[in-house]
Amino acid sequence: MLSDKDRIFTNLYGFQPWSLAAAKKRGDWDDTKAILDKGRDWIISEVKESGLRGRGGAGFPTGLKWSFMPKQSDGKPSYLVVNADEGEPGTCKDRDIIRHDPHKLIEGCLVAGFAMGATAAYIYIRGEFRAEADVLEAAIAESYAAGLIGKNACGSGYDFDVYVHRGAGAYICGEETALIESLEGKKGQPRLKPPFPANMGLYGRPTTVNNVESIAVAPTIVRRGAKWFAGLGRPNNTGTKVFCISGHVNKPCNVEEEMGIPLKELIEKHAGGVRGGWDNLLAIIPGGSSVPLLPKSICDEVLMDFDSLRAVQSGLGTAAVIVMDKSTDIVRAIARLSKFYKHESCGQCTPCREGTGWMWRVMERLVEGRAEKSEIDTLLEVSKQIEGHTICALGDAAAWPIQGLMRHFRPEVERRIDAYKASAGKTQAA
Amino acid sequence: MPKLTVDGIEVEVPAGATVLQACEAAGAEVPRFCYHERLSIAGNCRMCLVEMEKSPKPVASCAMPAGDGMVIRTNTPAVKKAREGVMEFLLINHPLDCPICDQGGECDLQDQSVAYGAGQSRFLENKRAVEEKYMGPLIKTVMTRCIHCTRCIRFSKEIAGVPELGALGRGEHMEVTTYLEQTLHSEVSGNVIDLCPVGALTSRPYAFTARSWELKKTETIDVMDAVGGNIRVDARGNEVMRILPRVNEAVNEEWISDKTRFVYDGLKRRRLDRPYVRKAGKLTEATWAEAFDAIAKKLKGMAGDKTAAIAGDLQDVESVYALRLLMDSLGSPHRDCRQDGAKLDVTTRAGYLFNSGIAGIDEADACLLIGVNPRHEATSINLRLRARSRRGGFAIANVGPALDLTYKVDELGNDPKLLSAIASGAHPFAEVLKKAAKPMLIVGQGALARADGAGVLAAAREIADKLGLIKDGWNGFNVLHTAAARVGALDVGFVPQKGGRDVAGILDGAKSGAIEAVFLLGADEINSDPLKDAFVVYLGTHGDEGVRHADVILPAAAYTEKPGTYVNTEGRVQRGLKAVFAPGDAREDWTILRALSDALGKTLPFDNLNELRAKLCSEVPHLAVIDEKPAAPWGKFGTAGALEPTPFALAVSDYYRTNPICRASCILATVKDAMSGDKTEATGTHG
Repeated sequence: MLSDKDRIFTNLYGFQPWSLAAAKKRGDWDDTKAILDKGRDWIISEVKESGLRGRGGAGFPTGLKWSFMPKQSDGKPSYLVVNADEGEPGTCKDRDIIRHDPHKLIEGCLVAGFAMGATAAYIYIRGEFRAEADVLEAAIAESYAAGLIGKNACGSGYDFDVYVHRGAGAYICGEETALIESLEGKKGQPRLKPPFPANMGLYGRPTTVNNVESIAVAPTIVRRGAKWFAGLGRPNNTGTKVFCISGHVNKPCNVEEEMGIPLKELIEKHAGGVRGGWDNLLAIIPGGSSVPLLPKSICDEVLMDFDSLRAVQSGLGTAAVIVMDKSTDIVRAIARLSKFYKHESCGQCTPCREGTGWMWRVMERLVEGRAEKSEIDTLLEVSKQIEGHTICALGDAAAWPIQGLMRHFRPEVERRIDAYKASAGKTQAA
Repeated sequence: MPKLTVDGIEVEVPAGATVLQACEAAGAEVPRFCYHERLSIAGNCRMCLVEMEKSPKPVASCAMPAGDGMVIRTNTPAVKKAREGVMEFLLINHPLDCPICDQGGECDLQDQSVAYGAGQSRFLENKRAVEEKYMGPLIKTVMTRCIHCTRCIRFSKEIAGVPELGALGRGEHMEVTTYLEQTLHSEVSGNVIDLCPVGALTSRPYAFTARSWELKKTETIDVMDAVGGNIRVDARGNEVMRILPRVNEAVNEEWISDKTRFVYDGLKRRRLDRPYVRKAGKLTEATWAEAFDAIAKKLKGMAGDKTAAIAGDLQDVESVYALRLLMDSLGSPHRDCRQDGAKLDVTTRAGYLFNSGIAGIDEADACLLIGVNPRHEATSINLRLRARSRRGGFAIANVGPALDLTYKVDELGNDPKLLSAIASGAHPFAEVLKKAAKPMLIVGQGALARADGAGVLAAAREIADKLGLIKDGWNGFNVLHTAAARVGALDVGFVPQKGGRDVAGILDGAKSGAIEAVFLLGADEINSDPLKDAFVVYLGTHGDEGVRHADVILPAAAYTEKPGTYVNTEGRVQRGLKAVFAPGDAREDWTILRALSDALGKTLPFDNLNELRAKLCSEVPHLAVIDEKPAAPWGKFGTAGALEPTPFALAVSDYYRTNPICRASCILATVKDAMSGDKTEATGTHG
C-alpha cells in the first residue's frame, strides 16, 4: 500500500483549498526555475528514466513521446495540448485533479512544455466540467499574476502561455487528433496518421497531446527524482496512479495507489469492499468502459497495471474500476456500453459507423434472448471486422466489451436464448 | 524516390506517393470508394486496406505514404477478409434498389460488391432510411444510398471553392447535405454526380430516362466556352441523353461546367429542322432547292462587295472556312467572326491566344486579370486558377469589376488607366510581376470589345513586354476567349479583308444599303435590327436572334451532330465526332455551303469532309496537328491608343444564356431561377 509520503496528489479529496497559496504549501511551484534551469534534455531523460507511461489509457511512455518533438525550433510555434476531455465512462480522476489540485497541472504544463520546447499549452476540458473549468481559469489567472507562467515564466527567461478551451461534450474529442480538430474549430473527427501530431498537429505545428494526470505528475517526478518514481510499482509499470472505483462497492472513490496493487486489495482497502462481500462479485471492468471485463475468478488474483491486465486479455485503460456484483444484468450492462459507442461514433469511417449500430441492435436482442445462438458468433465476427480496421481506436473500444462478455459469459447469453425460446414456445402452445 | 515491394514486385514511386499509388504502379488493383486522385485524402471508406509488413493492423493504402523498403501485400486472405468486412458494413444499410437506381451499371459499389460482397446478408435489423436533401434542380439525391465517402464534400470545398456541402450528425446518423438545403451555388456542381461512387447523387434531369448500358458513347468537344472541354456525349437512338466529361489533363482535367453538362435539352428545342423562305413578309416552309433558288435569284448580278458574312460563336473550323471560300469566290471583303466587336489583332497568332496554356497556370506564380471573369467565361480555367491559388505563392490581381472567383484576388480597381500605371512600373503590382519567375496576365473579351479595345490590347502587350511576361520557354500573355469558334475562325482568316467591314461596319452597311445581302453562319450574338432591309441568309441551328430578319433559313447541325474541328483559346486543335444526326432536314454546315456554292455557280473545290480538311490544312498547316498546343512565336501586333476612363464591362453577363443552345435549354433556365432564389418567392401573388 502506498505510504502517504509517496503520494503525489495530496489534495485529491479537496480537504484543503486549491488556491496558489495552499498549493505552494503542498510543495507545488517550489523553485520551478531550478528545474527549468537544468534544461530540456535533463527533464526528458528524467521522465524517461522514471518509466512514466501515459495515464490516458494507451500507456505510451511519456518521456519518449516528448522526445519526438523537434529539438530545434524553426521559429514558429509548437504546442502542448492537455487532454482534459475525460469522457471514458467510469473515469473521474482528471476532474478531481483539476477541481482540487489545478496547480499541479499548470506547473506540469510549464515543465512539460519547456521540456518539449512548446510555446503554449492548450487545456481542452470537457464541456460538462463547468465548475472545474472555472477553477482552472482562476488558477491560471493566479499563476499569471504571480509570474509563474506567461512572459519569463518563473523568472526562467522562458515565455509560456496556458489556455483553456472547453469542449462541447463529444466522447470522440478525447481522441487526440479529433481533439486537435475540435480545438481548431472543426468537426471533431480523428485525423489520419501519419502524419502524427508530433510532426503536424494543432494548426499544422508540432504538437504533443497528453492526459491531465501524465502532465500533473511530471513536476513531482523531476523534483523527487526518477529513481523515486521508478522505485514504486513494478518494472515497466512504475509509479503511482489514481484509480477511480465505482459501481457496486460500499465506498466508491478516487484513490492514488501504487501501480501493480492487487485488484482485490484495491477494492477491499479503499472502496470498502464489494457490496455484499467479495463473494458477491460478478465481474469487474478494470480500466474504463472500453476494456474487456474480468470475471471474479480473474479478479481474485490480478494485479492492476498495464502488463498484468494485458496478460488476462483486458487493459489498465484509465484505471477506472467498474465493479458489478451478482445483482447485475451483465448482458444489459454491456448492451448499454454498446449503445454508448454507437452514439459516440463520429461517423467518419465505415466499420465503426455501420458496425457499432449493428452490434448494439444485436446486443439489445441478446438482452432478451431474442436471437439465434449462431448470432453470437456473427456478433463476434462483426466485432473482429471493426477491430483494427478503423481510423481511430473507438472501433476497438466498441468491440472489446462485447468480446469480453462473450469470452467469459457466453453460457449466460445462451441460457437467455434458450429461456426466450422456451417461453415463446409456451405462448405459442397456449 | 522510395522503393517498395508490392506482392513481390519491386516498384519505385515518386516521393510523396501513397501506398495505393505504389500498388497501382505494381499492377495490383486496390478497390476504393473515398479515394480520388484530385481530392484530398479522407481514408474513411476503409476499402483499400492492405497488409504491411511490421504493422499489426491492415493499413489504409490511400492514406499511407509510400516509404522506402515497405513490403505490401494486397492479395492475402487477411486482406480479402478485411475488405469483405468493409463491404458488408457498406451494404447493411444500403438499399437493394439497384433496378431503379440511375447509377446502376456504372456504380462502384455494385461493381466492387461482385468481388467482395457476400451472397447473403447477415444483417437482420431494420435498414436505415435517410430523408432526401434538396441540392437544387441539377442534383437528385437519394441519401439512403449514401456511403459517406465525402467526395462531394471535398469537391465543393477544395475544387469548386463553394464550401456549401457538409455532413450533419455523427455515427450512423451522419448525413450529407447542403447548407440549409439550398441549391449548390456553383457552376461546376454537376461534377459531384460523377464523383459520387453510388446512386446518392445523380443527375436530376437525366433521372429515369435511360440506362447507362443502352447509350452510345461518342467522344467529342464542348463548345459552350473557348476552353474546348473534352466531353462524352451519350445518346440513345437519335437523342442526346446526357453529356459527361472526359479526362484531358491539359484542358479540363476531368471537370466540366454545369452549362456544358446540362445544355443537351437545348439541342431538342427551338430547332430549325427544315429550310424556310420569306414570302410576302412571312417565313414559309420550303425545300432545299427552293431555298437555294431564292438565294441564287437574289445574288444574281449583285456586286461582290454588296455581300457580307458574319460567323457565329459555336461553329466548327470547317464551316467557317467553307464560308470564307464562298465569300472569296463571291468577291466580298466584308466578313467577320468577332460578333462582340473585340479588337483582336490577327497579325500575330500569339496576339490572340492563351499562350501560357491552360496547364501553364499550374507553373505560374503571378497573375493579372484584365476585364475578365474566368469563373463565367471559362469555368475550367477558373478551377485551375483556384487550384494554383490554393497551393500558395500565387499573387493574383484584378483590373476590372470586383469578382467572387472562389479564391483571393487583389482587387486593384476597375479603371483602365491602371494598365498604363502597371506598364510604366508606377503601380506596386508591376514589381510583383517583375519579380515573378513565370508571371501571366489574362485579358478578357470584355476589355477588348470597347472603343479603345485596341489600346487595351496594346497596353496588355506593353505590360507583357516590359515586366518579363515573355521569356525563354514562357509566354504569359493570355487572351481568354468566350466563343468556341473564335480562335479557329481567326486562324482561317475570317476577318475583314482589304477595304472590308467588320461586324459593326456590316450592320451599318446593311442599314444604309451599302450591304444588300448578309450571310449569318450561326451568328446570334448581334442585334439584328439593322439587317431588317437587307437580304439575310441564316445558316444555323436554333430559332434565335439571327432568324428574326432572315429571308432564307438553312437548317444546320449542332456541335453534337457533326464531325468538326475546334481550336480552343490556347490554340489547341481538337476534333469532335458526330454523336447523333441533325433533326429533320437539317444538314451538316459544310455540306449546305457546298450545295449552295453549286447553286450560285461558284462550286467549292471539295466533295467530302476529307477533301475540305486537306485543303484547310494545306492553307493553315497548324490545324493538322491535333490535340497539341502548337507554340505561337511572339511577334509584332497591337496599335497603341489612348485608354478611356470608362470602367471595364464583362463579356458574360448572363452565364446560363450565352448562346442559342443554352438559351433553348429548360434545364439551364431552371438553374438560373434556382440560383437567383426565385423559387422561394414564387407564391402566386408575387410579381
